[in-house]
Amino acid sequence: MSTAQDVYYVPAPSKWPVVGSTALFLLAIGMVSLLHWGKTPGMVFLAAGFAVLTYMLFGWFGNVIHESVSGKYNTQVDASFRWAMGWFIFSEVMFFAAFFGALFYARQMSVPILGDLDNQLIWPGFKPGWPSEGPYLTDAFKPMEAWGLPAVNTLLLLTSGVTLTWAHHALMENKRTQLLIGMAATIALGLTFLFFQATEYGEAAFTLSTGVYGATFFLLTGFHGFHVTLGTLMLIVIMARCGKGHFTPEHHFAFEAVAWYWHFVDVVWLGLFIFVYWM
Amino acid sequence: MEATHDHAHEDHSHHPTGLARYFFTTNHKDIGSMYLWFSLIMFFVGGFMALVIRAELFQPGIQIVNPDVFNQLTTIHALVMIFGAVMPAFVGFANWQIPLMVGASDMAFARMNNWSFWLMPPAATLLVGSFLVPGGAAGSGWTLYPPLSIQGGISVDMTILAVHIMGASSIMGSINIVTTILNMRAPGMTLMRMPMFVWTWLITAYLLIAVMPVLAGAVTMLLTDRHFGTHFFNAAGGGDPTMFMHIFWFFGHPEVYIMILPAFGIISHIIPTFARKPLFGYASMVYATSSIALLSFIVWGHHMFTVGMPAAGNLFFMYATMLIAVPTGVKVFNWIATMWKGSMTFETPMLFAVAFVSLFTIGGFSGLVLAITPVDITLHNTYYVVAHFHYVLFSGAIFSIMGGAYYWLPKWTGHMYDEKLGKVHFWLTTISFNITFFPQHFLGLAGMPRRIPDYATQFTEFNQISSVGAFLLGFSQLLFLYVIIKCIRGGAKAEAKAWEGAEGLEWTVPSPAPYHTFETPPAFH
Ligand code: HEM
Ligand SMILES: [Cu+2]
Repeated sequence: MSTAQDVYYVPAPSKWPVVGSTALFLLAIGMVSLLHWGKTPGMVFLAAGFAVLTYMLFGWFGNVIHESVSGKYNTQVDASFRWAMGWFIFSEVMFFAAFFGALFYARQMSVPILGDLDNQLIWPGFKPGWPSEGPYLTDAFKPMEAWGLPAVNTLLLLTSGVTLTWAHHALMENKRTQLLIGMAATIALGLTFLFFQATEYGEAAFTLSTGVYGATFFLLTGFHGFHVTLGTLMLIVIMARCGKGHFTPEHHFAFEAVAWYWHFVDVVWLGLFIFVYWM
Repeated sequence: MEATHDHAHEDHSHHPTGLARYFFTTNHKDIGSMYLWFSLIMFFVGGFMALVIRAELFQPGIQIVNPDVFNQLTTIHALVMIFGAVMPAFVGFANWQIPLMVGASDMAFARMNNWSFWLMPPAATLLVGSFLVPGGAAGSGWTLYPPLSIQGGISVDMTILAVHIMGASSIMGSINIVTTILNMRAPGMTLMRMPMFVWTWLITAYLLIAVMPVLAGAVTMLLTDRHFGTHFFNAAGGGDPTMFMHIFWFFGHPEVYIMILPAFGIISHIIPTFARKPLFGYASMVYATSSIALLSFIVWGHHMFTVGMPAAGNLFFMYATMLIAVPTGVKVFNWIATMWKGSMTFETPMLFAVAFVSLFTIGGFSGLVLAITPVDITLHNTYYVVAHFHYVLFSGAIFSIMGGAYYWLPKWTGHMYDEKLGKVHFWLTTISFNITFFPQHFLGLAGMPRRIPDYATQFTEFNQISSVGAFLLGFSQLLFLYVIIKCIRGGAKAEAKAWEGAEGLEWTVPSPAPYHTFETPPAFH
């Protein structure tokens, strides 16, 4: 393993970037077709896009893993990965911030304003409050209760943070069995979370179109669930790599990156639990 | 250790040639060049749209395009210029210059760097190609305000997805730049000894990482409002179209600084070189740039004075906006102080830099005028705003890009460009730019609204002057293209240090810069 600062690893020319761009282009065309030209062309393009994307992800990450285990990444490259992952998570935080912003704006501004004196002329009798589906929609709906499944889910995710840290400690102390147990437990908790989230969606007494409440609820929890799904997939890959004997007590940034990501997803959930479900 | 070293060289010796070289490259210079060419092409595409707009506005009444197409042209012109021309140009500069300036072998993530670039052509295809779908391109204005953007057709979805892809490109590019700057500087180059261009890009990349995801969120909500039954921007369901404006401008105002901070960086290199004096007030430049960036997060409301915010909101945004003029003034002062008693020469890059300082300042002042809430209530959505942002974007961002291109072309190509033609290009551009945009201040003050294809007859003369200027301005840029091509193909041999007064690591490597530079970090004093 090289720790020299004098040679930074610059990869050889690679086809993966253009493959990835092709995938996103196909996905975009698929999305537009699906929305405007019907199911068949849409699904064909989307399927092609996902296939190419999967091919790219396997190929690209395969390359990176190969380079990593063959010792091409010195400490400086490792530091680059750390900076990059940190900034990537910051960008994710800002993505969620947009939707939290929408939630706060709806609760503090748009709904109360719709109930003010001026708007009584347009929407007579509208009583602002939260949760709200606005002055025009009249479907009966029941908001999500915090202290049922969501509370259980909070517990699950918080516990998964602990088991993941436990696994990390095992990795650093080179206790491989404990590492695998910790990883398996984390993945199981993640999957259970997703299962409960799906159950909750199935039982929800409102939809995406239940005014601004339904919109903010489903986009916030939906994007979060999507991130948990990605995080779980990444945990599974990492666990498989642990099983193959990858990672040493000193060198395991892939593990740490996924752990950071998992904790980030965890923190977002706390925000969701407090502001979407509870208060 | 040995193995790593050998491999590093093996990678370098055989890279593909022809088109494959550019498709698969991991070289920051190749990628930088692709960004710059892409930007130049988009500049001409967007410029063509602008000329159609100006041709239509040559006379009152409807002549060339119907109002629908006119709206589409203004929308796509702006999006192409912002996301296709200005931003990629600066990323191109970043790619070429940052590794050379900090003494790094390449960007931190060379493969991802290529991905950032190759996301741009598909996105541009979606954006420009949307003219061809039924209903034509998006006509909502580049700000994509609902409800217009909710009602639009296929092209709005194409625009939204293009924005998503360009956003992904920007975020990856910015992460790459931040990492390169923070982690790959030559030993001895502390943060406070970094070249100004590197500093401005560090802060720009931070802004990009902070606000591009917010834009992605905003257009995602548009998409779900359009197709999946949400009511984010629909009052009937408790939402609010002004909510989109808040989220959009939370992105939008930092975005305008994303387009000007790297320009500040470029100018901060050109002026010291041709004044043959070090940059005046380096530390204050760094602090001014940082405070501009931080303030840019809390001024977005100045785009919304007329939508009906609480009075306290209007006041807050007014004062916060005016505050930005302070660090901006510090920068202008420092550039002038750098020139003070310098031994100045006026090669083309310096001409562009001096023009930048004077004309950008005009744009800054018109910004201050617009920042005054009661004044903005009459000027909002008039040609005065158009004049303002063209002074900051064309004679600001674009002038710095052109000046920077002339400044570093010798390093990139190994040849000096044709100085005489460069100067002709400068004067044509500067004069016709002012003919085009200065009268727009008067049009705006007199009440001519923007984004409307027809106008009352009393506005005719100024519009005709503006249109004549625009055509001159547009066609002058062909000369720019010619000078670049001529410089690539030949010309006087450029020295390693192409300019007598130039400082910095990039001038220690030969011209043209070899394919691989600083494979081991250079000494920096
Ligand atoms: C001292 C600095 C500045 C101040 C005080 C300022 C102020 C303003 C204000 C108040 C508006 C809103 C006008 C309206 O819509 O009624 C505006 C619009 C605009 N500004 Fe600036 N500005 C400044 C610098 C810049 C810079 C550096 C750029 C870009 C490089 C820029 C680009 C724009 C653009 C593109 C718009 C129009 C957005 C649209 O409505 O489409 N501004 N500016
Ligand atoms: Cu602004």
